[in-house]
Amino acid sequence: VSTRAHALAIGTALALCALGAGAADRAPLRVPDTLAERVRACTACHGPEGRATPYGYFPRIAGKPAGYLFAQLRHFRDGQRENALMSDLVSHLSDDYLREIAAYFSGQDLPYPAPRPSTLESAERERAAALVTHGDAARGVPACTRCHGDAMTGVQPAVPGLLGLPRDYLVAQFGAWRNGTRHAATPDCMHRVAQALSADEVSLVANWLAAQPVPADAHPAAALAQALPLECGSVASPAGTASGAAR
Amino acid sequence: MSRLRFAFVYALVAVVAIGGAVALLLIGLGLRGDDAVAPEPPVAAGPFVAQPGQVERGAYLARAGNCGGCHTARGGLPYAGGRVIETPFGGVPAPNLTPDLETGLGRWSAADFWRALHDGLARDGRPYAPAFPYPDFTLVTREDADALYAYLRSLPAVRRANDPGRLRFPYGTTPALAVWRALYFRPGVFAPEPAHDATWNRGAYLVRGLGHCEACHASRDALGGASAAASFTGGALPTQHWYAPALAAPVEAGLADADATQLVQLLKTGVSPRGAVIGPMADVVATSTQHLTHEDLFAMAVYLQPASGANPHATASRAAPAVPDAPPDQMKAGAAIYHDHCARCHGDAGEGAAGAYPALAGNRSVLLASPVNVVQAILGGGFPPSTAGNPRPYGMPPFVATLDETQVAAVATYVRQSFGNRAPAVSVLEVARSH
Repeated sequence: VSTRAHALAIGTALALCALGAGAADRAPLRVPDTLAERVRACTACHGPEGRATPYGYFPRIAGKPAGYLFAQLRHFRDGQRENALMSDLVSHLSDDYLREIAAYFSGQDLPYPAPRPSTLESAERERAAALVTHGDAARGVPACTRCHGDAMTGVQPAVPGLLGLPRDYLVAQFGAWRNGTRHAATPDCMHRVAQALSADEVSLVANWLAAQPVPADAHPAAALAQALPLECGSVASPAGTASGAAR
Repeated sequence: MSRLRFAFVYALVAVVAIGGAVALLLIGLGLRGDDAVAPEPPVAAGPFVAQPGQVERGAYLARAGNCGGCHTARGGLPYAGGRVIETPFGGVPAPNLTPDLETGLGRWSAADFWRALHDGLARDGRPYAPAFPYPDFTLVTREDADALYAYLRSLPAVRRANDPGRLRFPYGTTPALAVWRALYFRPGVFAPEPAHDATWNRGAYLVRGLGHCEACHASRDALGGASAAASFTGGALPTQHWYAPALAAPVEAGLADADATQLVQLLKTGVSPRGAVIGPMADVVATSTQHLTHEDLFAMAVYLQPASGANPHATASRAAPAVPDAPPDQMKAGAAIYHDHCARCHGDAGEGAAGAYPALAGNRSVLLASPVNVVQAILGGGFPPSTAGNPRPYGMPPFVATLDETQVAAVATYVRQSFGNRAPAVSVLEVARSH
């Protein structure tokens, strides 16, 4: 993809997609005035209704907490998350519209496909499961389940679920947090977690997570069962001082 | 391309050697009116006090000039700078315009600001790189410059040090810029043309001055200069892989058969009955033109009407070169891709859907001699901006992850040679260059 950097002078071009001079003989198509129709730009990659499969790279967005999705859309727009395609797509969409798009995909209550078979050896599986469910207190790494919910289906309104996602996507997010191309609101707890894990551990955990079946009730939990183990700017802190719910 | 640039460096060194001496002589003689070596004027005593209405007027003018398009970083604080304007000669970071004393314009007087806008000279007298479009801004009146200054003074001060310039040697040096200025820059305030009415003149002032449309919609030579003869002839955006269509040419974005109302609508809302803006022009609509009054947008459209005389090229019919047929295999492959991925929205006959998806039949972006815009649209997709008139735009998906370069070339070719369209086939190489 081109850099799309701004060019000589205030980078502007009439990409005037336009002016179809009436050459078409047919009556123009009629397009439904629905959000589903308006977000076809999203579903080409994220799957119909946002339910991309665990194969490939693109994450499923259907059913994720609306606050989380809205924060991500804003972060792509404003530069806290780097992905040229996403940033270019949403760069001039308003907060109101992004909130509406987030609510639309969050509201898609659709079944999950079977997970991708694990490629881990049994010893690796045990190591991954231990990290996910217990963390590593010595290094200050909390269990994934502490924040993402016991079922790892996420917590309303801002913590995403970890199941039903492609392995490659999960690995890439850890990498982005480590090298600073993905940020959450300060204090950025996931940055700390990603820094503490080795590349090998990231690979194990991502592989393990991608192989887990999604439980029958795949909805995000309504609230955290207990205080967060780390301070996270994206959600209410352990002390209970909310700091910018969706950022 | 790089060989050309290589040769150009040597040429420029020679030009700098000779031209630099000449330019310095000219400046020394004061023939350019630059005051380049004048001492800094003293800082005005006491705090700046704006006149009534001046700040509001300046806020509007800052929109018209799209100052924030460059001087506000993505997700950054307004006018605190930080965005880097990439040029073929290196990056030019847009500086902090907030009134911070150390890093912004806090110590600038209205006269300093006028000199920057009108003469393209920094407070210390050094010339700016023309990525700052002062060859256009020089037309801005002193009254408007003062209103802009008053508005910028009213902003909250943001401490954000400016990034160092990244122009490659020798482009950013004072002698090189002096040569560039001697060749391409003429200071001068806009003078209304008595032959035209007030609306036309208002449009001319906005389009050619503050709006700096020519910064993109003009072709540039190897030195990055836009000559008067090249006005609104269209220009490839260096480093961006987009083409700014010629506003003067009916076959490109020209307005020969589009009424002014549709252009006003496009600039105000991002969509019109005949199309939508994506890419760099979406940036312009989002941060600038959607905020302008109907009267000003209409004036701009009137000025750009071919009959108005602003566009000498507009009525001159271009001899359309014969377009050879695309290879049948490429057309066949393109048709299959079109029907799988495009027809649902753009229609089997490229008829489009009003208000949502542009028609491709007769679409000027599709038919431009250069295929870069249609290729960019296919690769990256896009949404037109959210505007008051179109708050929830329909979008087009990116196909960069779905189609390979051969497929993009095929479908772009199919679209350019179907539905009555006739434009040259697109090669895989042309797609690869846009990648």
